[in-house]
Amino acid sequence: MLTVRELCMRFGGVMALNRVGFDVAAGSVTALIGPNGAGKTTVFNCITGFYKASSGQIRLRGQTGEIDLIAILGEPLHVGDAWQPGKLAHKIYYKMFGGAHLATRAGVVRTFQNVRLFKEMTAMENLLVAQRHRVDWRPLSGLVQSRRFRRAEAAAVERGWYWLDFFGLGEDGNRLAGELPYGRQRRLEMARAMCVEPRLLCLDEPAAGLNPRETRELSGLIRQLRDRHGVTVCLIEHDMGLVMEISDHVVVLDHGQVIATGTPREVGEDPLVLEAYLGISGEEAA
Amino acid sequence: MSEAKETLLTGLVALLLFAPLTGVSLEGYGLNSHWQNPFLLAGMAMIGRLLLGRLRGLRLPAGLAEYDWQTRLQRPILAVVVIAALIFPWLVGKYWLNVATLALIYVLLALGLNIVVGLAGLLDLGFVAFYAVGAYFYALGFKYLDLSFWIALPGGALLAGVCGMLLGFPVLRMHGDYLAIVTLGFGEIVRLVLNNWIDFTNGPNGVRAPFPSFFGLDFSRHPMPGKSSFHQFFNLPYSSIHKEIFLFFLLFIVVCGMVYFVRRLRRMPLGRAWEALREDEIACRALGINHVTVKLSAFGIGAMTGGIGGAFFAASQGFVNPTSFTFMESAHILAIVVLGGMGSTAGVIGAAVILTVLPEALRDFAEYRGLLFGCAMVMMMIWRPRGLLRSRRALFRREQRAC
Amino acid sequence: MTGHIFAQQAVNGLVLGSVYGLIAVGYTMVYGIIGMINFAHGEIYMIAAYLTAIFLAGLTLLGLQSPPLAILLVLAATIACTALYGWSVERIAYRPLRHANRLAPLISAIGISLILQNYVRLSQGARTQGIPSILDGGFHLFASGPDAFVRLTHAQLLIVVTAIISMFLLHFFIARTAMGRACRAVQQDRVMASLLGVNTDRVIAIVFVLGAGMAAVAGVLVTLNYGSFDFFIGFVAGIKAFTAAVLGGIGSLPGAMLGGVVLGLAESFFSGFVNTDYKDVFAFSLLVLVLIFKPSGLLGVPEVEKV
Ligand SMILES: Nc1ncnc2c1ncn2[C@@H]1O[C@H](COP(=O)(O)OP(=O)(O)OP(=O)(O)O)[C@@H](O)[C@H]1O
Ligand SMILES: [Mg+2]
Repeated sequence: MLTVRELCMRFGGVMALNRVGFDVAAGSVTALIGPNGAGKTTVFNCITGFYKASSGQIRLRGQTGEIDLIAILGEPLHVGDAWQPGKLAHKIYYKMFGGAHLATRAGVVRTFQNVRLFKEMTAMENLLVAQRHRVDWRPLSGLVQSRRFRRAEAAAVERGWYWLDFFGLGEDGNRLAGELPYGRQRRLEMARAMCVEPRLLCLDEPAAGLNPRETRELSGLIRQLRDRHGVTVCLIEHDMGLVMEISDHVVVLDHGQVIATGTPREVGEDPLVLEAYLGISGEEAA
Repeated sequence: MSEAKETLLTGLVALLLFAPLTGVSLEGYGLNSHWQNPFLLAGMAMIGRLLLGRLRGLRLPAGLAEYDWQTRLQRPILAVVVIAALIFPWLVGKYWLNVATLALIYVLLALGLNIVVGLAGLLDLGFVAFYAVGAYFYALGFKYLDLSFWIALPGGALLAGVCGMLLGFPVLRMHGDYLAIVTLGFGEIVRLVLNNWIDFTNGPNGVRAPFPSFFGLDFSRHPMPGKSSFHQFFNLPYSSIHKEIFLFFLLFIVVCGMVYFVRRLRRMPLGRAWEALREDEIACRALGINHVTVKLSAFGIGAMTGGIGGAFFAASQGFVNPTSFTFMESAHILAIVVLGGMGSTAGVIGAAVILTVLPEALRDFAEYRGLLFGCAMVMMMIWRPRGLLRSRRALFRREQRAC
Repeated sequence: MTGHIFAQQAVNGLVLGSVYGLIAVGYTMVYGIIGMINFAHGEIYMIAAYLTAIFLAGLTLLGLQSPPLAILLVLAATIACTALYGWSVERIAYRPLRHANRLAPLISAIGISLILQNYVRLSQGARTQGIPSILDGGFHLFASGPDAFVRLTHAQLLIVVTAIISMFLLHFFIARTAMGRACRAVQQDRVMASLLGVNTDRVIAIVFVLGAGMAAVAGVLVTLNYGSFDFFIGFVAGIKAFTAAVLGGIGSLPGAMLGGVVLGLAESFFSGFVNTDYKDVFAFSLLVLVLIFKPSGLLGVPEVEKV
């Protein structure tokens, strides 16, 4: 479903990603692992349009054909484009209106490593903001509270309750997001992402800061998302237990390069991976 | 560091800061001495420092903070305000009626800026520019095109909105602070152009703006031949206060509409998106919200409100010139929004009324206005950045389902 | 003749640009380190202008006659006192709000700016003030006739030379001293720097102090050159210096100076050859244009926001 090829990302002199390539199969759980600073979050940022890759390709296959996730961020204009008005118009359009939100509308939705909720809004409002495709935006129909507006709003609230219940947050709908305990905030962020109805859900360290019981519940939830809701999941995780348990496919990143891919078992036995991880633990011990 | 030591240090720093600027004042090329001032001020700084240390732990009494002011008292307060507004114009003279009209204009402006700053979290320091656009659109439109108020009102709002959009579009995609400085610059550009383009705007001398008509009836004692004026049509004795009362009520209706609009907005997708953008722009983008257009809508609606306020200002003064549109005016409106508690409608209305009426009631206040606004802004930000009362969120109930 | 006018505008622009550059340094350093615009910076410059006049009058009262000595003493005293103002601004408006939402420090800085303006207006009066001219005379360059020459006054020369010297001192401080190294570390990654034991609060305070010091230099020089000022000069000077900082690439020190000079020249040519009334409009429009077409400025690096 997602194909990443030759992806490079440079920050000044630092090569954060160096020709990264991998695939995410539809209906799978793919884990992206690697030591700290390996570039995992950077990969997510490129896929979801927050960073504009220095070079490479990211393509998402969907029902309506392939979408180029880099072009929608707005590419630089070249002199040659002047001869192709169609292409030029496209580029200018994306330069003016392009950005990360288009990646989301294409079906790639993410959560963040450091939880990003709308803290001064209630949990339910957080979920309503996410349902921009479902609600009626026109100011006038909201002002007069037209039938359509109310129906759309009610449907959105209904959906919101569904996902709150799914993530075990049924009691917290009207509480301020910023006041929830950390574990709940993490789940609320996932619920909010699900409200966008993603095809590819990218979770950045969903288990960070959770206790073992919460982690176990989380792995059950992720599996349900895939099996019952048909979402393809791509996750970054340091908890190897969780990775081994739920992922179908693992991509290992180190110093911005893919050093291994395969099933959890294959990767676990790869000497390069062991070296990367043992190297790290060796340093930590020193 | 011990409290005493820190207090002494504060006093010393304050003394050094205040000594040259308040201890002496420039008189020609010489100096006048006021040696006691720095010591007084330093003393005040020390006391302030001590109090601050004491107050830091203090919270509003729990009962007061928890008490749900807004739901319990909403309807009675609303009723009282509306009734007061309905009888007020008949009781007072022209002077206070004018003050009240001005207060309503500020309420309108502050509600507009509140959308931009309080809801969408965008700092607009050149709000007065849109105000000026509205006012001058009416005055110049009348001068050159003979536009009536009823055309200039929507026209000025539209023009201000378009200006806001054109200015905002390139800037809103960038780091938030740039918007602040660009709007600051824009406010100054507009004022300078109004001041310097003498052929068109008549420069510092200003332009006349006529009084709006009452659906085609004007308010003059002796109307043009063939037309009838308000007092003749309704068979009233002529009184010059009619037109002021009319303008007051007109403005009151507009403000009520605006209040309703803002209140509804917060339960509408657009308003929620604004607040979400204020809370976390990156998360918004990750949810598929186009941050530029959503911010632009807030900025544009704010600008339109400014334009409407401007047209009313021109109509109520009968005259506009560039001195009404300085940065101090922007700061005044921003201070209202900040003191009203950024985002709270009731707070903003209260602050607008108080800050407009106070300088009229206390002449001395005007002298210290800027200083007090500044202090208030700093203290509000440090003490209560989200306002005195936490704004109430919309509550959602579950649909009753038969299980 | 046009050649002379052109050269004269170039000289004036260079002088003006040095002043913008000196003020812009404060914006650029603060922005580099905390990612925020210091809205009170223009007022700091205004305060420096008043302090210059006050100290100068004080020295005259004490009977000091020699202009070079007076200028040096005034410069030192003004820098010291203005730097204290810069420190206080950070302490009151920024430090308590380090972890507040983004809008709060901006608004509190606007508040400080209002306070400073009105504080000076109330204590020194609203009218335009001045100082006696103590730096007369100048050079006539490229003289080829009674009216055909380019005038460079001593005061103008002093501005350019002092600006260059202060920039070098600042550069030396940032590049060579331990404190300067800490500044650069905090600019790169504040969290990391604090983990490594850098006292970030102190570094941020130092940056405000340095910025205020440079603005003080500008304030002294401008006052010596033009002689008159009022409590509102900080507003326009602030916006223009910020324009200079953006033009040069915000966050970059050489950029601030370069941006200042480019803006000064552009403004000077505009007012010399196009229209004087609209020179401020021109400068502000330049700011908007730069932000649209090259937000990273001449020497800055494009900003990648951390997600
Ligand atoms: N905006 C940025 N500017 C400069 N460098 C960056 C930026 N974002 C990431 N980097 C660099 O890219 C490298 C990879 O960072 P990344 O956050 O992707 O690591 P990670 O694998 O997610 O690590 P962790 O497990 O700690 O989350 C790091 O060296 C980081 O410093
Ligand atoms: Mg990461």
